[in-house]
Amino acid sequence: MARRRVKSETSAGTGELTLVEAVQRALARAMEEDETVILLGEDIGVDGGVFRATDGLIARFGADRVRDTPLAEALIGGLPVGLAAMGFRPVAEIQFMGFIYPVLDQIVNHAARLRNRTRGRLSCPMVLRAPYGGGIHAPEHHSESMEAMFAHIPGLRVVIPSSPAKAYGLLLAAIRDPDPVIFLEPKRVYRATREAVVDEGSALPLDRCFTVRDGADVTLVSWGAMLKETLEAAEMLAGDGVEAEVLDVATLKPLDMETILESVRKTGRCIIVHEAPLTGGFGAEIAARLAGEGLMHLVAPVERVAGWDTVMPLLRLEGQYMPSPQRIVAAVRRVLEYA
Amino acid sequence: MSTVATFEIRHDRILGPDGKLEGEAPPFARDRDKLVALYRWMVLTRAFDAKAVALQRTGRLGTFASSIGQEAVNIGVADAMAPEDVLLPSFREHGAQLVRGVTMRELLVYWGGDERGSDFAGPREDFPVCIPVGTHAPHAAGVALAFKLRNEARVAVCIFGDGATSRGDVYEAMNVAGVWALPVVFISNNNQWAISVPRKAQTAAETLAQKAIAAGFEGRQVDGNDIVAVRQATAEALDKARRGGGPTLIEALTYRLGDHTTVDDASRYRDDEEVGRRWKEEPIARLRTHLAAAHGWGKAEEEALIAACAAEVEEATEAYLTTEPEPPEAMFDHMYEELPAELVRQRAALLGQE
Repeated sequence: MARRRVKSETSAGTGELTLVEAVQRALARAMEEDETVILLGEDIGVDGGVFRATDGLIARFGADRVRDTPLAEALIGGLPVGLAAMGFRPVAEIQFMGFIYPVLDQIVNHAARLRNRTRGRLSCPMVLRAPYGGGIHAPEHHSESMEAMFAHIPGLRVVIPSSPAKAYGLLLAAIRDPDPVIFLEPKRVYRATREAVVDEGSALPLDRCFTVRDGADVTLVSWGAMLKETLEAAEMLAGDGVEAEVLDVATLKPLDMETILESVRKTGRCIIVHEAPLTGGFGAEIAARLAGEGLMHLVAPVERVAGWDTVMPLLRLEGQYMPSPQRIVAAVRRVLEYA
Repeated sequence: MSTVATFEIRHDRILGPDGKLEGEAPPFARDRDKLVALYRWMVLTRAFDAKAVALQRTGRLGTFASSIGQEAVNIGVADAMAPEDVLLPSFREHGAQLVRGVTMRELLVYWGGDERGSDFAGPREDFPVCIPVGTHAPHAAGVALAFKLRNEARVAVCIFGDGATSRGDVYEAMNVAGVWALPVVFISNNNQWAISVPRKAQTAAETLAQKAIAAGFEGRQVDGNDIVAVRQATAEALDKARRGGGPTLIEALTYRLGDHTTVDDASRYRDDEEVGRRWKEEPIARLRTHLAAAHGWGKAEEEALIAACAAEVEEATEAYLTTEPEPPEAMFDHMYEELPAELVRQRAALLGQE
């Protein structure tokens, strides 16, 4: 991977940043404004993280606050629970989605429950960051999208930014949030695009879907890296006179169903797009809610365009696994056939 | 060939099974009032355990894990701690929790199925019990890191059983504690049985204490039925940690005289003969023998103490049994600092308000 130096000053201002640079800026901003923010993870110190999300931070904030842990993921999940209960705001990094499973025990059994099981005496304001998803030709166990697993766990917030500005604002909100947040970063987008990011410490809301494209004919709901394919599909459809409204869910849990319903009330049609496997994916939750609360507004079946129910293929086949704009367009054409 | 590392595990016993002090005893071991105070905590813990089991048997408590036989580990460890230290117990440390200031009523409320039992009025920063075995060890490392980062002379004390030492998280926690020289004391309350699996089937290691050697710090073993040795070893480890000397693992050799929990039947997997033999080594009788021989502890004092403990347990039981249940919406009210809209809706649905 190309090594890129990120400017480590967090002086206020607007810059064109990549998503991973925006993550780094948000971390720096949070550490600057709150000395209880501590970073933990493998290779996050001198190395700056395997994706350089913490590049330069050890030099600015010191090894006490930017801590390389031993190679021990259960520890990386559990250590922040103790720190958070004692008043720190730890931000832990897991290098790749495939290494996150030992952390699950700590997240399910402890982080997500601590406030409730002590009736508010102790709490767990931690953030667990991890890159997710395919498309960068990474090795085995690096490319999964398991967000639904986390969204199923009561007591968590699950956040997936789709762009540099969203990564900046949502990560700041996640770190400031008083409860545990799983923050999944679309690694395919890490360096794919640049966007103006105002680095002034403004957070984005953690309970809101964002409308990223207006349209009246069909609602396309997506999150993370899949926003790219979804917006491309919307452009292709626009060429044929079909205007798609595109929603970026951003925070899967708690889900802002109201914004989705509002759009569907207008369009009557909804396609949910995600990279994760179809069955039990988070699209199923949205589809179920639409079948309930949204039924009277629907003029066509809700469709899901998702990853197949297969093991995430190695790099040669991952292109065939990922939902393409063409698959999204085909789904839209099917639902448009209903009058 | 050259030897690059060797290790020794020290074993300490100060108060022998015959109730006599062996070797060099710390000053508190000659202090009658101190010994009586420790004895009282152990007797109270046993009375509490017996009552809790009785409450479960009569349908007034949920599944309960008795700590009978392990009182010296519980009381010795917790009594050595400073109030500002933080205890991270497993689920069989009632005595330690009581010494820390958790009330018997709170313990009964918890084991009776009510989360409020973990909202301790006393030790506000102590952790609640940990049911998934050993998963609290990383929390102890985190608590200790918090103390270290703030330059506070406080120590995290994490108690787990023998079975927990087979778990990865316990090693991961000990390993990082060693690397970062964290102020944490790990106590392995080795009661010889992880439900039905005996200590020897748990690990081929000769001692559990030596697992600290691999993590780069001191591991030591004590007679866990000797409250003097447990308290002294813990005090030394706490003192070392407070002075920046890093972690210690103390393996306390004791025995689970009871079933694993009230839903277990230990006669399925272990001999009565073994249990009978172990009863002869139990910690309360040992200290009583010593108090009688060395400090004139007599029948009248014994009876008065037992009666006082029984009264305390009865009072706590009454307070527990008359505790009103939480309203159903309580299950929502502490999920998040601020309840998300979806949960507000579900909460209303539970209450029949929609």
